[in-house]
Amino acid sequence: MKTPSYIKSALAAGLVSLCAVSVAAHAEVKLNGSGASFPFPIYSKWFKDFSAEHEDIRIDYQSKGSGAGIQDLINGTVDFAASDAAMNDKDMAQVKQGVVLLPMTAGEVVIIYNLKGVKELNLPRDVYPAIFSGKITQWNDPAIAEANPGVDLPDEPITVVTRSDSSGTSFVFTGHLSAINETFKETVGQGKAPNWPNTGKFIAAPKNDGVTAQVQQNEGSIGYVEYGYAKLTGWKQVAKLENKSGKFIAAGPESGAAALASAEFPEGTLPNSDVPNLIAWVWDPAGEDAYPIATFTWMLFYKDQDDEKAAALREMVEYGVKKGQKIADSMGYIPLPKSVQERVLSTVEFIR
Amino acid sequence: MNPRQPPGIRPRLVAAGLGTERHRQPFPHSQENAMANPFPHAQSASPISGPPSALEYASDRIFRAIALSAASVIIILTAYILWEVAGKAMPAIGDYGLGFITGTEWDVNKGTFGVLPEIWGTLYSSLLALLLGGVFGIAIAIFLTQDFINHRLATIFRTLIEMLAAIPSVVFGLWGIYVLIPLLKPGAEWLHDEFGWIPLFGSDLSGPGMAPAALVLAIMILPTVAAISVDALRRIPYKVKEAAYGMGTTRWEAILKVMLPTASSGLLAALVLGFGRALGETMALAMLIGNANQISLSLFSPANTLASLLASNFPEAGQVEVHALMYAAMVLLAITFLVNVLGLGIQQYTLRKFEGKK
Repeated sequence: MKTPSYIKSALAAGLVSLCAVSVAAHAEVKLNGSGASFPFPIYSKWFKDFSAEHEDIRIDYQSKGSGAGIQDLINGTVDFAASDAAMNDKDMAQVKQGVVLLPMTAGEVVIIYNLKGVKELNLPRDVYPAIFSGKITQWNDPAIAEANPGVDLPDEPITVVTRSDSSGTSFVFTGHLSAINETFKETVGQGKAPNWPNTGKFIAAPKNDGVTAQVQQNEGSIGYVEYGYAKLTGWKQVAKLENKSGKFIAAGPESGAAALASAEFPEGTLPNSDVPNLIAWVWDPAGEDAYPIATFTWMLFYKDQDDEKAAALREMVEYGVKKGQKIADSMGYIPLPKSVQERVLSTVEFIR
Repeated sequence: MNPRQPPGIRPRLVAAGLGTERHRQPFPHSQENAMANPFPHAQSASPISGPPSALEYASDRIFRAIALSAASVIIILTAYILWEVAGKAMPAIGDYGLGFITGTEWDVNKGTFGVLPEIWGTLYSSLLALLLGGVFGIAIAIFLTQDFINHRLATIFRTLIEMLAAIPSVVFGLWGIYVLIPLLKPGAEWLHDEFGWIPLFGSDLSGPGMAPAALVLAIMILPTVAAISVDALRRIPYKVKEAAYGMGTTRWEAILKVMLPTASSGLLAALVLGFGRALGETMALAMLIGNANQISLSLFSPANTLASLLASNFPEAGQVEVHALMYAAMVLLAITFLVNVLGLGIQQYTLRKFEGKK
């Protein structure tokens, strides 16, 4: 299905490399990156536009998954990596050159459902974790009905669609659910591939498209996908979630930005380093209009490296933070709040 | 053999070991003149019948060398893959031992890994697929070879069936999600409501599950089973069937009591290959089986398979999980190996029993 575009891009890459060889006299910086698949669409757009502006810099990015990206950075096979789950202290200690972590963009995770004739669905704070831990199993459960007066909820079992592959989306989603619900934390817990209950009503599908397809095909099902993906497919049945201040909020750029605004970056630096720590999670944003499930996604760089590459990487980050944020909304991502942009721009100087 | 072939070609064929059964007699060149020559043509001094030239020896040697190295590359490659997988699986084998095979939970956070539900799902789905695909595949083979339809039409049909094998499994998966599951749903609901007390229909179909997965799998192994079965049935000399008719059998008696047993080793080979394909199928199953780690007899409940587990978890797996996944891959390899050995055993048995070969 996708083969033609692969072939095209392979051909294009071949042509580009041919041209590159023929004009080898022109000094060119090649940057290789790998990692998270969640921000891949926006990253590849950035890199394409960036390369068009800077003919001497070429960036290749492989969307392999956050874990693989971190592994590549540790093994030294890439110039930068990207991760939805940031990077833990143990992994950071393994990179001798030191690391710089910069939040580059942000996204939301939304809950999609399939119920005939139900245009809007409000899910209270105690309900959606219960659905995803298998405690609430019927659509007409009193707890759901109470939050949706006037909505005709069917007497049908809830089919829960989760991700079958290990993913940053699951990590963020279960992270939020674990933060707001003790039972969920104990029974399922946070993880890239959490242990979903086996009730026979939990099915798992590969990737965001798989989850969307299963929800679209099966009435009475509910699942979670990235906001950008729901926006792209135009699926209208997206649940409103109750946030910390008790309001039901729909996902969108404003509510996402409100969520990120409440992110508090830790004072201080990354362990054993003078680089400011820019790892902040918003597991349960406090803002009045904040959508509850939002997260940053990071790029990881070596602190000490080749001068030429460092300069190119700094330029790339600056491009992403300044111009790149403008296209974020149209691609289903949340632009970084101003304060975060400033922090990133000051921290980027540590890449030397 | 072509009657217009030049005289003298036969001895050369004999020398090259290519002669037909009738001509394969000891016929060394050195003693040619000493004994009575049954082939007078060979004595004529035609250059064609001379001893092999240096070039022929050389090309023969080169061919042998190429064949030998190609064969050994395959063996070395298999051994290397086994070595790699086993090497990576070793830490997990040491840590979890047999508990890995009997465990039912796959939880990376807690570090508990067990693949019993996956083993069950793999075998159950493959067996169901084999049952369906096997019956239909062999039925198709009978239909195409036993003079039910025009020979030319049969060739067209066969090509069509073999084209099924060229469809990528992702397409099968999508077809399953968008066409097959909605089609199955009403029937599954009815079966569950009316016959829910039978364990096979013990739960209702909530989208993906064992039934759609097994059905798609059956369609996927159909071309393999059908093509090899057709070959097996074609290989039977026509006189066998004529003899059966001569004994006064009806058409179906001839097919069921003579043709099928005679072709049984080939049919079994078809089934074993089909089963092997079903065991290893990944993408369509990952999309259709629901990927739930549970053991259930119900046709409509979600399950999981080893191949699907591997495909889903490899891309983002950390060190520890990779070892566990490699262990799971070893288990899948072992199952496939056992199935093949078992199939070979049964094949030998039927060869002796029905086809009278040793």
